[in-house]
Amino acid sequence: MSGGTPLLGVRRAGDAAVLAELEGLPAVLALRASLLAERPPGVDELVPAARTLLVRYDPSVTGHDDVRRTLAERAAGLAAGDVARPPGRLDTLTVPVRYDGPDLAEVAALTGLSAAEVVARHTAPLYTVAFAGFAPGFGYLTGTDPVLHVPRRAEPRTAVPAGSVAVAGGYTGVYPRSSPGGWRLLGTTDAPLWDTDRDPPALLVPGRTVRFTAIGVGATA
Amino acid sequence: MSAWALEIVATGPLATVQDRGRPGWAELGVPRSGAADGPALALANRLVGNAPDAAGVEVTFGGLQVRARGRGVWYAAVTGAPGAVTVDGVPAPFAAPLALRDGAVLELGPPTSGLRSYLAVRGGVDVPPVLGSRATDLLSGLGPAPLRTGDTLPVGEPAGPLPRVDAAPCSAPPKEFLLRVLPGPRDDWFPAGAVELLCAARWTATSEGNRVGIRLSGPELRRERDGELPAEGMVAGALQVPPNGQPVLFLADHPVTGGYPVIAVLHGADLPLAGQIPPGAAVRFRSARA
Repeated sequence: MSGGTPLLGVRRAGDAAVLAELEGLPAVLALRASLLAERPPGVDELVPAARTLLVRYDPSVTGHDDVRRTLAERAAGLAAGDVARPPGRLDTLTVPVRYDGPDLAEVAALTGLSAAEVVARHTAPLYTVAFAGFAPGFGYLTGTDPVLHVPRRAEPRTAVPAGSVAVAGGYTGVYPRSSPGGWRLLGTTDAPLWDTDRDPPALLVPGRTVRFTAIGVGATA
Repeated sequence: MSAWALEIVATGPLATVQDRGRPGWAELGVPRSGAADGPALALANRLVGNAPDAAGVEVTFGGLQVRARGRGVWYAAVTGAPGAVTVDGVPAPFAAPLALRDGAVLELGPPTSGLRSYLAVRGGVDVPPVLGSRATDLLSGLGPAPLRTGDTLPVGEPAGPLPRVDAAPCSAPPKEFLLRVLPGPRDDWFPAGAVELLCAARWTATSEGNRVGIRLSGPELRRERDGELPAEGMVAGALQVPPNGQPVLFLADHPVTGGYPVIAVLHGADLPLAGQIPPGAAVRFRSARA
């Protein structure tokens, strides 16, 4: 059955891109998968986000009206199953984490859980990489247990170590390299998140599903 | 790699290796990057017979000095923001193929208008590409680090014959920048008349500007809607408006996603000009219907 997914709107983003608005991440990722599987002429870059898909195109090859029409057709052609579970090219990624982060105790205090319960809640869900941003290979993961929806730190750290596994604002993420950051650090992983000599260079690719597993003896042992 | 190399004697405020950038990686968080004034680098490449994807040096505010190393005669060209060019202290033409011999020092003075000059060398700067590009991306730290005194840049093999030209005509960037914009994608986050205000005002490029973007100063672009916009994809040329109402114009190394509404986006043809806006310059926008 193919009921399609509503395309809520297509907004102009200059003369070489449009911003397609959709109901939510599953529809965004399903539309992205459709465009990647059969790339419309001139479409050269897609940037998924929580409720939008930015579609960049070469204006010497195609135009606003054609892209808009193609997006409407593709959205209408998506089956309900595609949206519920967008086809991904990569298997579920398992990220081993030492839950020894400097903010683990604070997150426990904020949520009223014990540190061990924070770890249990963080390792339970199957996450989905929603979109990237902030830094190459930094994925915003959805699926975080609502109890762990804590705000960012009031004062961002000037240097968050590479491999830090963190939560903030309803997302989970892993810092691919040392950078400033305001998320709450739960632990660390040695997973090679970003390697420009690998294809794809990022482990956390939009649409990929991810699990975290607790390893070693950390603050929660 | 050819037998030629460029030794960096002085860099000026900022000199980076740039080419056409690395399109196609935005969904992994990688900006497109590449020359802020792409056509200027393309012209420099043409003047020395390079392929369009060859890498050159983007020089911000002049001040670059390079020493050529190799045998025989080699060629370079300087384009973009015009300024004094000398070879071994002797004035040399702008936007023209310049013959260099081993040990020759080419120097770029500060631009008389605009901000970024481009040095192309026959064969192209041949540093190892990262994700298909040699561009220095200052936001992500991809590509070679900004150039430092004492660096040596390898030079590649020529891709084609030298063109038979003495100089290329090119216009200097203006003192006041007039850029065409297309409203949206989030102009509805602002009250009626906001795009008109954007286009009526005379903006000043502040000193907070780099390859990521330029913070503009002018009348406050007030939002009509409160609340947060979920992060969404951004394009170069976007005029993103943070809560203080002072727009930021995104350039080549812009973040791929952002959470402030974009009131308008530069017409793609005017994006290279935006790469030439120096701090303190006056900027005006004109609404263009695509």
